[in-house]
Amino acid sequence: METGVIFAGFGGQGILLAGKVLARAGMDQGLEVTWLPSYGPEMRGGTANCTVILADEPVGSPIVDAPRALVALNGPSLDRFEPKVAPGGAVVVNSSLVPRPVRRKDVREIPVPVNDIARELGEPRTINMVALGAAVRALGILPLQAVIQAMVEELGERGRKRLVEVNREALARGYAEAGRFLA
Amino acid sequence: MRVLMRGNEAIAEAAIRAGCKCYFCYPITPQGELVEYMARHLPQQGGVFLQAESEVAAINMVYGASAAGVRTMTSSSSPGISLKMEGISYLAGSRLPAVIVNVMRGGPGLGNIAPAQGDYFQATKGGGHGDYRLIVLAPSTVQEAAELVMLAFDLSDHYRVPAMILADGMLGQMMEPVELPEPVDEGTILEKPWALTGAEGREPRVVLSFDLDPQGLKEMNLTLQRTYREIEAHEVRWEEVDTADAEILLVAYGTMGRIAKTVVRLARAEGIRAGLLRPISLWPFPYEPIRALAERIPVVLTVELSAGQMWEDVRLAVEGRAATPFYGELGGVVPTPKEILSEVKKHAR
Repeated sequence: METGVIFAGFGGQGILLAGKVLARAGMDQGLEVTWLPSYGPEMRGGTANCTVILADEPVGSPIVDAPRALVALNGPSLDRFEPKVAPGGAVVVNSSLVPRPVRRKDVREIPVPVNDIARELGEPRTINMVALGAAVRALGILPLQAVIQAMVEELGERGRKRLVEVNREALARGYAEAGRFLA
Repeated sequence: MRVLMRGNEAIAEAAIRAGCKCYFCYPITPQGELVEYMARHLPQQGGVFLQAESEVAAINMVYGASAAGVRTMTSSSSPGISLKMEGISYLAGSRLPAVIVNVMRGGPGLGNIAPAQGDYFQATKGGGHGDYRLIVLAPSTVQEAAELVMLAFDLSDHYRVPAMILADGMLGQMMEPVELPEPVDEGTILEKPWALTGAEGREPRVVLSFDLDPQGLKEMNLTLQRTYREIEAHEVRWEEVDTADAEILLVAYGTMGRIAKTVVRLARAEGIRAGLLRPISLWPFPYEPIRALAERIPVVLTVELSAGQMWEDVRLAVEGRAATPFYGELGGVVPTPKEILSEVKKHAR
């Protein structure tokens, strides 16, 4: 079984890190994982995306035709990747910034006001972790605790204690928020 | 313990663990993380990291370090590797071991920074001038990249032939879990009785790539050719997936090799008995294993991120025993498994 997830947004929204934390959590749980960034000549404010695959056997192609989840942190990302999502898949949309609902009827829409929540938490840079928390709930493959642990490891080297704490809260908030849209 | 690393980082770490003491570079995307990693970690291990003024300077520093007997490496991406070609030919002519990493991008010319496999000819058929070969190893996962870097240093020292790691932008940029190889015990690294270590108290040694006397140069060439025959006899490496009952054989290496594994799985789910032969050493090329499979598999489909460079070697191996269709993408475009699957369906009987 292979599960592909695409994270997409503006450069600077932290989507590469969100993907890396998910991949690391998967690895820590004994899964095979790949993390593939878009690495074009990008800059803050441009677009960026990454693809994470979680699998129970070695991953062949690191490219995903039909992701089981999409995290779209801005409008252009939703426009670009919505058509690719596998039927029955989940679309986490940053409703703080994306002005339109998901058009497809065969996917599960999970609107999360990511920027607003991050602002409430007092740290606007946590938008990626709020979105990741929601994606983790929608995927239902990894326990939230494993993702929190991976985030702590990831930020551990460079992170101050306060930063780790607020990111932990952000993951939990996103996770809880997504629960409102999932049976 | 598995760690999550980019291909570029794993290559760098493996080089340090292989005992690489001198790394010379000039920066280029998509292998920038390799340079960064070496800059951060090699000096801590007592090695020399040096960013040269150009690719040409970097490869000639490799020549100097290798002649002095230390394990040495350089890395670049396609156009940068082209600039190194003169130096690579000199290394080969002087029988100096070295590891050269090419993280390929789209070409020709400046090209772009997307993954491609258009440097196959350059890597395996020369590229620089003269009758020489490189040992060329093509990893398809981050794990394999780390392992092949260790192997490249050993083979290069053993045969006194420069070795190239032929990767691509996707493998360089992507992260996967890696079980890093144990660092080599430096005491086990091959002695180099030819190295220029200072002639005090012994006869001087000479490292040269030329002999003005044609007979002498012929002898030097014959030594190279004997070495190449030995490498061809002992160092062919490849992986086979589901070839036992295959009715169509895919041949693909590197990033395409791993994508082809997914294609084999998809094809089999639809009742097409596909198999894969993935060359790991591109030189020496696995002619014999492909020939043997072509005796009983009627279709051998080559899949590459090029216009069909390895395809020529596949056809040399098959020699008319099977149909040899080709599917390739160009310019840094990477096909999805489904696109390749439809090609497989077209050719499967």
